[in-house]
Amino acid sequence: MATAPTTSSTRHTSARGDQHRLPAIDLSVQIGGRTLPNPLMTASGCAANGKELHRFFDVSQLGAFVTKSVMGGPRSGRGTPRMAETPSGMLNSIGLQGPGIHAFVKDDLRWLKSVGARAMVSIAGSSSGEYAEVAAVLRASDAFDAVVGVEVNISCPNVANRGLVFACDPLAAAKVIALVREKLPRDIPVLAKLSPDVTDIVEVARSCVKAGADGLVMINTLLGMVIDTDRLRPQLAGVTGGLSGPGIRPVAVRAIWQVHAAMLEGRLPTVPIVGVGGVRTGDDALQMVAAGASAVQVGTATFNDPRAPHRVLHELAHALATRGFPGIHDAIGIAHTRLDPQR
Amino acid sequence: MTEPVAGRIPQVAGELIATRRVGAYQHMTFVAPGIAELARPGQFVAFAVGGQTSANLLRRCFSIHRVSPSGTYGGTVEVVVAAKGPGTQWLAALRPHDGVDIVGPLGRAFPLPKEPVPCVLVGGGYGSAPLFWLATQLRERGCPVEMVLGAASEDRLFGVVEARRSAGAVTVTTDDGSVGTRGWVSDVLPEVIRRSGSAVVYGCGPMGMLESITRVAGAEGAVAQVAVEESMACGIGVCMTCVMPVTGNDGVTRMVRSCVEGPIFRGDRIRWESFESGWGRVPADAVGAPARGGH
Repeated sequence: MATAPTTSSTRHTSARGDQHRLPAIDLSVQIGGRTLPNPLMTASGCAANGKELHRFFDVSQLGAFVTKSVMGGPRSGRGTPRMAETPSGMLNSIGLQGPGIHAFVKDDLRWLKSVGARAMVSIAGSSSGEYAEVAAVLRASDAFDAVVGVEVNISCPNVANRGLVFACDPLAAAKVIALVREKLPRDIPVLAKLSPDVTDIVEVARSCVKAGADGLVMINTLLGMVIDTDRLRPQLAGVTGGLSGPGIRPVAVRAIWQVHAAMLEGRLPTVPIVGVGGVRTGDDALQMVAAGASAVQVGTATFNDPRAPHRVLHELAHALATRGFPGIHDAIGIAHTRLDPQR
Repeated sequence: MTEPVAGRIPQVAGELIATRRVGAYQHMTFVAPGIAELARPGQFVAFAVGGQTSANLLRRCFSIHRVSPSGTYGGTVEVVVAAKGPGTQWLAALRPHDGVDIVGPLGRAFPLPKEPVPCVLVGGGYGSAPLFWLATQLRERGCPVEMVLGAASEDRLFGVVEARRSAGAVTVTTDDGSVGTRGWVSDVLPEVIRRSGSAVVYGCGPMGMLESITRVAGAEGAVAQVAVEESMACGIGVCMTCVMPVTGNDGVTRMVRSCVEGPIFRGDRIRWESFESGWGRVPADAVGAPARGGH
């Protein structure tokens, strides 16, 4: 039996914390030689390459659009199941499915340029040489002027030899970063995306910055596993997968905190940190900024709310304005100044 | 994929206005302004479950059972839910006036024949949900329609009464013989195709059933158009979890997303041999397939 609906609930949910105008504070952030108009980005692998989310919001409004990690050639990715839901998150084992860098620059990058998006291109490789080759093809492409940075994915757990993630070895990480840095013009920032699955993330961060990284992206997924209790076998075809979502946010905030603290102590050169891992709301993003992030990426939350990157931008801006910050810059790392002196 | 238009897909605060138990399922009607007007048979909607702070982040996707673009309270969208996990249990337990975030319509619709050719519509379990609406549209184009509904048992059939209104003839099968012919839809399908002279077989249900529909249709000289069920995390083409191997017009097999490139595929384009025991493997000849040892 149908009953009459209440009228208030039939409006578009885009209004949820997503006021149409950003407050008049300075949201611009500097990453390497580039200034982005705001600190919000998509997270690689959670937003495809732009066309899909553009059906929900204008992707050119983001500080940068971070593309899905692209390798040298086309990749089918793994078989299915590729996904398992976890408490406040998910486990995935996609296997870096993608078109390869040549098709990417011809189709996806051109499209991002056509809509005026600032592209942060995530690149991956199975060898350090492949990373360099992908960077070189990107550099030579006709839409390269849409690129505002290159995110080097040295930390994807979904590689065949899961023990040999580049970001788990400071020397291997440095080699990849140095090779990619060499292939790109100085004014294009190179960012290293780090894994939390290491003993000392500060050491890997320092190694990457010394090799030429202009910024650090923290964190990639954590390696995890789910057992299907009906079949009593691993739920993912790839057995293990990357854990993401709000469930891992405290790990990300901790990693950002540790590396920012090390920068304040002079243990590694100061470069911008891009926070990522479980950001669902503006408040979550503000945690990362206060811990030391200059910019924030929204990933798995996009699967729940296709407008999440756009919404979080507005929520973060309002959260900063409400607290009286004239700009985001004034809030970066502020939590480090507010520790109990007696602790 | 066609060129996207900014903000074109509605994401709305839906409101439940009717919900009733139908056998093993829950038939739910939501006021969802903007979605009903755009939807076509075969498309689906994606629900956020558990509220705004839910620990179940992934969208639950349902084939649209029916739409009423100009209902008394605005456009409505109807879905049929089988409550089998925490997300679907939350959804099925909603009461009238409860709100839920809905995105849609998503995916490609069933292609309709240009000529008024006879068609058979085959539904397995609550997979039959979108077929009645499809039947109405086919009959409006002059296509004679027969339906075949199958399920494990009587309580798992959906829409037998509605089928009798929507189609010229209806055949029912159950695995246990509790109603209709004992057996599978594929047991009765050859005779139905032959008798009706059908050129197109539309199917919606479990993957094994879709494979057998495709095989039978091919043997009888008909084209199968099937709506696949692959688990999705987002429903909008960004998560890459709902992929399956499908051969394109160029004869090349790719791992394609069933949410944006499907969920409707020509049955003979799906690489059925890749599916076994709940796994979907990457065929060795698929674009970018891994060398031995995997990615």
